[in-house]
Amino acid sequence: MLDFIAGHYDYWFIILLLIIGLYGMIMKKNLVKKLIGMTIFQAAIILFYISGAIKADATVPILSDSIPNSQPENYINPLPHALMLTAIVVGVATVGVAFALLIQIYKRYNTLNEQELIERMK
Amino acid sequence: MKIINYTSLVLIGLLLIYASLGLPYRGDAEALVNKEKSLIGSPVASSYYIQNAYKDMNTPNIVTSILGDYRAFDTLGEEVVIFTAGIICFLLLSKERKSETK
Amino acid sequence: MKQSSDSPIILLLSRVISPYIMLFGLYVIFHGHYSPGGGFQGGAMLAASILLIRISAEEKVYELQFKKSFDIPLGAFGVLIFFGVGLTAMLLGGNFLDYHFLPMDWMSKADIRAMGILLIEVGVGLAVMTILVAIYDNLLEGEDA
Repeated sequence: MLDFIAGHYDYWFIILLLIIGLYGMIMKKNLVKKLIGMTIFQAAIILFYISGAIKADATVPILSDSIPNSQPENYINPLPHALMLTAIVVGVATVGVAFALLIQIYKRYNTLNEQELIERMK
Repeated sequence: MKIINYTSLVLIGLLLIYASLGLPYRGDAEALVNKEKSLIGSPVASSYYIQNAYKDMNTPNIVTSILGDYRAFDTLGEEVVIFTAGIICFLLLSKERKSETK
Repeated sequence: MKQSSDSPIILLLSRVISPYIMLFGLYVIFHGHYSPGGGFQGGAMLAASILLIRISAEEKVYELQFKKSFDIPLGAFGVLIFFGVGLTAMLLGGNFLDYHFLPMDWMSKADIRAMGILLIEVGVGLAVMTILVAIYDNLLEGEDA
């Protein structure tokens, strides 16, 4: 039982982070706060991938002469790192686009509150 | 309305925790993604990269060799995405400035 | 939101630090084959060094470091480097982005592949740097108008 908890507790913290991000996206009325929630959600996904990459007693995926690369157990899984590296940069770019859209919305409607926006768009 | 939101959040959290019980142990080198051969006997991608990256392109950093060579097409698409994001920012925010100065 | 601080200490300190951040960014890009790093991280660091001056100084000063009108064209040039390397390999008989068809015959195949990775990392670093600076510039401009 203790072994099982030690092997799975990091997933539960990631789920907590994911729920915090989802809370921000659902419950907050301000669009900037929704965007912050989306960023937290994204961080949870990235952490999930990275935590899936680790192997016990393995080292970083940079080959060195003293550690043979014939056994894959010696190096941690490099594939999620490569995927998440691109995901982080795309996340930054999408946040930039989202801020540009928010600036345009604020210029036109003078508010970022979701409820007021919906009423004014009617 | 708020009650529904909170309960749905809690339910999603419980569902995800239930799903996490079936995931492999943290740091398990015997998990399916970390094995050398998959269930049908073909080589698993990450193990193939670890074993052959240095032989293929003389680069000790495996992440760089995946990013730049094995999955270069992916990186190209991703770079086009960030370039598009920059152009979108430029178009969105500089259009109104021009129309105001006229 | 064009408010730069008048304090000479902030300007001096960021002027001293910015070139070293830029140098470290270049090191991260070009040493990415042997240590953690690569185009994305190095590009982000180069962008940080440029944005530091943009935050601390006024427009007249930071235009001297990196012109506003350069950022989108240079980003396009970075994407073009990546695409051009892939297209060169394709025109010389290989598949798209198949680096060992690049015209560098004096090296072994694996070394040509390493050089191809270096070329595209430079392209990625240039594109990431300029696009991050462009997003900052355009957000600032859009807020003013």
